[in-house]
Amino acid sequence: MATQALDTSDPYAIPLDKIDVSDPGMYQRDEHWGLFKRLREEDPVHYCADSAYGPYWSITKYHDILEADSNFKAFSSDHGAIALDSERITGATEDATSIASFISMDPPKHDVQRKIVTPAVAPSNIARLEGLMRERTKRILDSVPIGEDFDWVSTVSIELTLMMLANLIDYPLEERAQLKNWSDIISGTPGDGVVESWEQRDRELKIMAGAFLEMREKRRAEEPKSDLISMLAHSPFAQDMSMVDYVANVTTLIVGGNDTTRNSMSGGVLAFHENPGEWAKFKANPDLVDSLVPETIRYQTPVLFMGRLATQDVEMRGKIIRKGDKIAMWYISGNRDEEAIENADSFIIDRERPRQHLSFGFGIHRCLGNRLAEMQLRVLWEEVAKKDWNHIEVLAPPTRSYSNNLRGIDAMPVRIHA
Amino acid sequence: MPKVTYIEADGTEHVVDAPEGISAMEAALTNDVPGIDGDCGGQAACATCHVFVDPDWIERTGHADSEVELPMIELSEGVQDNSRLACQIKLTAALDGLILRMPEAQF
Repeated sequence: MATQALDTSDPYAIPLDKIDVSDPGMYQRDEHWGLFKRLREEDPVHYCADSAYGPYWSITKYHDILEADSNFKAFSSDHGAIALDSERITGATEDATSIASFISMDPPKHDVQRKIVTPAVAPSNIARLEGLMRERTKRILDSVPIGEDFDWVSTVSIELTLMMLANLIDYPLEERAQLKNWSDIISGTPGDGVVESWEQRDRELKIMAGAFLEMREKRRAEEPKSDLISMLAHSPFAQDMSMVDYVANVTTLIVGGNDTTRNSMSGGVLAFHENPGEWAKFKANPDLVDSLVPETIRYQTPVLFMGRLATQDVEMRGKIIRKGDKIAMWYISGNRDEEAIENADSFIIDRERPRQHLSFGFGIHRCLGNRLAEMQLRVLWEEVAKKDWNHIEVLAPPTRSYSNNLRGIDAMPVRIHA
Repeated sequence: MPKVTYIEADGTEHVVDAPEGISAMEAALTNDVPGIDGDCGGQAACATCHVFVDPDWIERTGHADSEVELPMIELSEGVQDNSRLACQIKLTAALDGLILRMPEAQF
């Protein structure tokens, strides 16, 4: 499903009706900014009649996204609606493993499933993980070389998020590379270097599902513990959870609780490198961590968009979105909407209302792991602040992910200056 | 000016004089009352201004019965009959003396 690359060098030279923001390569090249700026200015609710994924609407402004995201009655998450490529959710082959968890459901089934998983990532449960997170973070920051080149992504971001994920599902830490592999396959796109084709992805997901089911059987034979798998194995509310729903829920946790925070960890380092004044502010006042964390999540926008299917005709900004049409709510664009956020293109760690951003989505599908993500980022930056490093230099532009789903940083060479 | 008392989960009280017409979420944010986030800005779309209305006041504020508020509040942690989203409580003279309790954490 290769998409013809759009020449984005002059976003204003492209006929409006030819603007298509679905190409995964565009996000890998970090070339989407101009197109979204133009759409926000000239055609904020934009119809693309022809893309590699079929026709779709782009919602690009902050308040329009908030409105659409909250309206679960008019905009459904079912039938693979959340992705541009519905194969990502439903699978491509006949007996594929669906990863349609509650994130891909509408009420009432959504509510039942979400409530079962909620306790695992609720503030009361994640508070007990903070000590462990801090200890691991310290250990990793103590071990990184000073004055030498290394990859921040694999050394810090991936290690920290995989460790937390392994802990959340009580997976053997020494086998965490397997978790990374599954995570890459779940969120992968054919042509990204990991996923070769949807069919190959389906086969890999089936193996993964088998492993998850084995874990549940093992937990059922053990005393209840506080990890998510044990919770799902023993919870009276989850007893009736089908194998398909169970696997989908674990899958969602792996992507939601891993890739996104990993990329915000790397994105924060890059943002500080590009904004030395903000780094100086943080060095002088580490208490700014409370606003730094949400600002980093806004600035990175780890989830590019969420999709929906219209269940009825909806009018937005004079356009009629027809029943059955697909919409993409581009958080990456809304988070840079100057009408909603002052100096939206700037990374400002002491914003007045930094929590008002779109990165977690809004409405009933709002990110369930948001508090866990914030806790992990807060611990990282609190511990970085204690190191008293002069600064972290990014030595070359980061290698970004080939994806129209997650905004990822796959590698980023850095050098820490003492 | 309606007076609102916000009580944190640990019992700390914050008394705020709020102008009529704004919401109990906005009144908390503008007066730096901790324990209310209001991430969505007042659209009942994030549930980070979850409060428990004092039983003596729930008849006057009303229950969360709107099409928008109830589906959100039902997904909150520790939801009770007197749970409301503070952004949906508009402060009026009739609510002078209102008492709102906050959960351990917003989620």
